[in-house]
Amino acid sequence: MDHAPLLEVEDLAVEFRIGGTVQRAVQGVSLSLHSGKTLGVVGESGCGKSVTSLSIMRLVPQPPGHYAGGAIRFKGRDLLKLSETEMRKLRGGEIGMIFQEPMTSLNPVYTCGAQIEESLSVHSGLSRKAARDRAVEMLDLVGLPSPRSRADDYPHQLSGGQRQRVMIALALANDPALLIADEPTTALDVTIQAQILDLMGELRERTGAAVMLVTHDLGVVAQTCDDVVVMYAGRVVERASTAALFSDPQHPYTVGLMAAVPRIGSAAGRLATIPGTVPPPWAKIGGCRFASRCPLATDHCRAEDPPLAELAPGHTVACWRAPIEAAA
Amino acid sequence: MLTQIANRLLISIPVLFGVLLLGFGLLILVPGDPAIVMAGPTATPDVVEAIRQEMGLDRPVLVQFFSYLGRVLQGDLGRSLISNKTVVSELLAAIGPTAELMVACLVWSVPLGIALGTLAAVYRGSLIDRAVMAVSVAGVSLPIFFICLMMIHFVGVQWRLLPFIGRGGPLWTVEGLRHIALPALSLGAIFIGPVARMTRSSVLEVLKLDHVRTARAKGLSETRVILKHGLRNALIPVVTLIGLQAGYLVGGAVVTESIFSYPGIGRLAVGAILSSDFPLAQGAILILALGFILINMVVDILYALLDPRVQA
Repeated sequence: MDHAPLLEVEDLAVEFRIGGTVQRAVQGVSLSLHSGKTLGVVGESGCGKSVTSLSIMRLVPQPPGHYAGGAIRFKGRDLLKLSETEMRKLRGGEIGMIFQEPMTSLNPVYTCGAQIEESLSVHSGLSRKAARDRAVEMLDLVGLPSPRSRADDYPHQLSGGQRQRVMIALALANDPALLIADEPTTALDVTIQAQILDLMGELRERTGAAVMLVTHDLGVVAQTCDDVVVMYAGRVVERASTAALFSDPQHPYTVGLMAAVPRIGSAAGRLATIPGTVPPPWAKIGGCRFASRCPLATDHCRAEDPPLAELAPGHTVACWRAPIEAAA
Repeated sequence: MLTQIANRLLISIPVLFGVLLLGFGLLILVPGDPAIVMAGPTATPDVVEAIRQEMGLDRPVLVQFFSYLGRVLQGDLGRSLISNKTVVSELLAAIGPTAELMVACLVWSVPLGIALGTLAAVYRGSLIDRAVMAVSVAGVSLPIFFICLMMIHFVGVQWRLLPFIGRGGPLWTVEGLRHIALPALSLGAIFIGPVARMTRSSVLEVLKLDHVRTARAKGLSETRVILKHGLRNALIPVVTLIGLQAGYLVGGAVVTESIFSYPGIGRLAVGAILSSDFPLAQGAILILALGFILINMVVDILYALLDPRVQA
């Protein structure tokens, strides 16, 4: 196994130009992912995690979106420099993507089988018959019962969980090296959620693909990911292995997120929350973007933006107060 | 699908009954006495009275209506008061040309409207978009008779490009095509505007949906995304609109046929009404209503073909 990461995002900046103003949705985001690993990208709504994952597919709508800097290297090639035609070969081919909304992510006027076959014929140039067989095989692989007849069903004939299985089959149809899953289980109920996560883990092991799992759910991260990137207001604030992050969170925001996870058995009291809201992308903030909500913030935090610094091997954090004690 | 068509046919029965009632009622209410028309200007009152009795016009209106209904059900629409030919034969002679006109109108205006609307949506806010919208506003707001007159004035008279009177023969002959061109262009012109506008807004709507993002994430080309995953879905409301516009089409055909002296049902209806030829007028109205029902039935079938969710 080589040690160059499969995917390396470096200092990515994405802006949206809306009505004369420039809003930075994502700034200075760096992350890396090796084959066969699962990387969790965590954060609240609006923290830039979806923009980051769409950027890897180069699917941020342009305009108003605009890649303002950085690089996204996939197998050593900078995706931001590829032509649209080269990019199309990667999309759905070497990089598959699953979206949050299984109810609406499939086209209602084509059968599930036809939608998978379309992707196969575009990328692998399979004959109709071969594409059909492969689509049925994929539907079987993702655990749909009687896949041959399911392939002739329209999306509205399936449940949400079944549709998400179809989406996974679609994303994996061309054996991608990288699977990006943007909140794949958020719209599903808890039992289906567990099934889908198990399925993704199983398929990752079988295909050796790398998975980038975007979620706001720390429980999902703990269950499935090798490494975690915590994002806040368009930036990476903490990066660590899952074990290190959960045993020794270093950014006050990560600590707050963990405290906000409901736990069975701790019946007493209200669920902890982080006061305040994420600053909007157009807010001009001189210092740390979390300072206004941070219990540990000092004048230094409000004045100067902390850089990402390595605390321990593989564990970086962007906080002036780090390392913080576990009691914090 | 078959049950749907059967349902549709059953629903048409009360509609047709209403059409017959209205057609009958209108001709009772409009001025002009059919007995006088039939007897001619020089007839004596005795002759007129005799004809009135013979035609049953002296009986109560309801009795007249139900006996009319009975005859219609047996396929007997009566005889024209003017030509004395059966109404059925008159209608049969006119229905072909009208059907040709409808086809010639729809065959260019619907695809062009859809194409223009799609272009406008894809290049939203550009010069193309504004030009298409300007054309479609003009198409919606110009009255059909005005468009017909402009066509005759410029294309027919000044530039002498195309004939503008009557029908030249069946659609598959050169003369037939030359003669139908101007009426079909005029009638289609009122259709392009609404179709283009509806297509534009529908495509814009669909291109925002999640499944279009999925299509892009599959690595499809932008053209394929727009045509296969955008336009295909966007056509569903467009087809509905075409069904709703069918009424305008039928009404427009009446005006267009009259202006171009085109021997179709519309001109037949206008002539019959103006000359108080009431059996013929009733027959023409019935056929126009049937045409309307038929178009809507085709639209319903298309709708089910385009959207698999409808069939359930």
